[in-house]
Amino acid sequence: MATAFAPTKLTATLPLHGSQENRLLLPIRLAPHSSFLGSTRSLTAHSSRRLNHAHATRRSPPVVGVQEVVKEKKSINSLLITKEEGLVLYEDMILGRSFEDMCAQMYYRGKMFGFVHLYNGQEAVSTGFIKLLTKSDSVVSTYRDHVHALSKGVSARAVMSELFGKVTGCCRGQGGSMHMFSKEHNMLGGFAFIGEGIPVATGAAFSSKYRRDVLKQDCEDVTVAFFGDGTCNNGQFYECLNMAALWKLPIIFVVENNLWAIGMSHLRATSDPEIWKKGPAFGMPGVHVDGMDVLKVREVAKEAVTRARRGEGPTLVECETYRFRGHSLADPDELRDAAEKAKYAARDPIAALKKYLIENNLAKEAELKSIEKKIDELVEEAVEFADASPQPGRSQLLENVFADPKGFGIGPDGRYRCEDPKFTEGTAQV
Amino acid sequence: MLGILRQRAIDGGLAASTLRRTRSALVSARSYAAGAKEMTVRDALNSAIDEEMSADPKVFVMGEEVGQYQGAYKITKGLLEKYGPERVYDTPITEAGFTGIGVGAAYAGLKPVVEFMTFNFSMQAIDHIINSAAKSNYMSAGQINVPIVFRGPNGAAAGVGAQHSQCYAAWYASVPGLKVLAPYSAEDARGLLKAAIRDPDPVVFLENELLYGESFPISEEALDSSFCLPIGKAKIEREGKDVTIVTFSKMVGFALKAAEKLAEEGISAEVINLRSIRPLDRATINASVRKTSRLVTVEEGFPQHGVCAEICASVVEESFSYLDAPVERIAGADVPMPYAANLERLALPQVEDIVRAAKRACYRSK
Repeated sequence: MATAFAPTKLTATLPLHGSQENRLLLPIRLAPHSSFLGSTRSLTAHSSRRLNHAHATRRSPPVVGVQEVVKEKKSINSLLITKEEGLVLYEDMILGRSFEDMCAQMYYRGKMFGFVHLYNGQEAVSTGFIKLLTKSDSVVSTYRDHVHALSKGVSARAVMSELFGKVTGCCRGQGGSMHMFSKEHNMLGGFAFIGEGIPVATGAAFSSKYRRDVLKQDCEDVTVAFFGDGTCNNGQFYECLNMAALWKLPIIFVVENNLWAIGMSHLRATSDPEIWKKGPAFGMPGVHVDGMDVLKVREVAKEAVTRARRGEGPTLVECETYRFRGHSLADPDELRDAAEKAKYAARDPIAALKKYLIENNLAKEAELKSIEKKIDELVEEAVEFADASPQPGRSQLLENVFADPKGFGIGPDGRYRCEDPKFTEGTAQV
Repeated sequence: MLGILRQRAIDGGLAASTLRRTRSALVSARSYAAGAKEMTVRDALNSAIDEEMSADPKVFVMGEEVGQYQGAYKITKGLLEKYGPERVYDTPITEAGFTGIGVGAAYAGLKPVVEFMTFNFSMQAIDHIINSAAKSNYMSAGQINVPIVFRGPNGAAAGVGAQHSQCYAAWYASVPGLKVLAPYSAEDARGLLKAAIRDPDPVVFLENELLYGESFPISEEALDSSFCLPIGKAKIEREGKDVTIVTFSKMVGFALKAAEKLAEEGISAEVINLRSIRPLDRATINASVRKTSRLVTVEEGFPQHGVCAEICASVVEESFSYLDAPVERIAGADVPMPYAANLERLALPQVEDIVRAAKRACYRSK
């Protein structure tokens, strides 16, 4: 069955440390129209007049199957998901899409302001990875973080209120679009500087390992770091690939390669555009996957998360994806070729999953429609809630600068000194 | 600053060896109990980290050369042997990377002590100190606090050149969300570092390389493992009634020597050791200025937008009617630090400069 959902095609090279699994299997060429670098080749042919990069066509990498033999032999006919899983994935992607569309509407109506970066088109990556995580696993993202927060479990109301700048937002209106934090759901931000979240994610993974090895706690938490193609030219990315592999940290580096960093094409900015190759250079597997296909992403994610939980270290996953809107709502998006956009619009992950569910009799049209309706209502309700919520009070301006409010530190009894009524003038010597 | 340079050239200046002279002369001048123990700042810092690591298994140390090399300045000596490589991490030379990792670990509830070989290298990681650490508690509305300590030597050493000599107190102290500490004596070092490690917020701990080897008397109370000093309180090192000299770190020693010289001329100087640059103890400074009516502030860093500027502004705003003389500000020269020993001496405040400024404030200069 040669659909867009053929079994995951993964390319990876041998990890330097070797592993128990026999990774170098027979080179496997799958159905020619499975999306992959092939699509990118035609992409560059279309937009070649826009590119003056010498390496306009990507070389096809050596295709090597990486899964255990069992998995590869899994029949093309067996389904990758159950009905329940399928509906969960569908609902999550619809939530992401509807929410982002509503954000655009609200922005143009003036309810939302500042920098807003929408995730339309990339939902498969967020859903594919985050729906495999537990509540105590951590996610670190960039400024394009609304959907990561939603997938991780932050309520649509809380995210919408945060975007409106209301006190009921997940960060009480103090963070904004680019800084979604939730301690309860272990969403560790929301960072405006690209590359900034990668070391923080590596640190969260470090703490998992530390808790297990030093504090002897039962800790199998993994961390997933999401970032883009532009970030892969930044020094911090390489610093963290090195340290994560060196210390075998339970982290998955997920590159959402949507080929554009604002208006800078990935091919114009990068000496070797194949980002997955940078993993093996540091001693971890590097995997390229079709990021418009949630099932393929999910298969790769399962492998990577399992690796991390088993203590085998990090994985670099490059997801080839596309953002249907501009970089932000202020971006006129003039540099991208209409043909390229049309090409990827035809590979809309939501439409593809819908087709898969219906063709494989996992769900009926009516069920999917009812999910869409439910989500529409949820998002509308979130807007109403946000609208009705109050703005933060004036006194909130000076709150939360420190966890220890008066900055006097902790006294010998373990409590804040400023709370101690007998706290005197200090230790002036006479 | 040009005024100071001109006068330095005239007076001839002190020998560079002043910078390394032990404090024995001054120790005997202080009224401490006889037989008090002495401790170097290096040992004080080492013992503070050691005790905090043994008290709380979530505390760990990370930095370049902190483990097998025993610390670039031997501050973390012995810790690797005692606690093992799982709590003392030798990192690759990747300040941005390992600082971010420390911040991420602090997000997740651990308590890292991140060492910068000097704070000059913290510029490669400053994005994480400011954007990921200082601002996080605010951006997340209190959900995610960052109990991390960034420590290392700050300011000028001896002959290390322009890129290794900058003082970062003013830069970090201007950021809301950070606490910035600058110890002087061994007691300061112990108490403040222990408080910093226990504190739930990000703390920038500015040590001084030339003070590491200096010995100070230390009380029994300070040697206790639960000793810690309050963050945000300055210490009055020497009481006086004619002029207030406010400073921090190595300059406290210079100010105390200047106070001795001034005492010989009948001027009683009050020396305040800030200890904490952020939060700044404006109450103590202003109370002192209201008592003496004259202010001299001293720092080693660049003059423009420095710590002294903030102190002067605070005093002028809050105690203007108590001032009998214009506020005096002594800082390092407004140039990158030169290498030649005599030029370096000229670029940093010396005891004579403090004495002259105090006399100017008392209208006694010639």
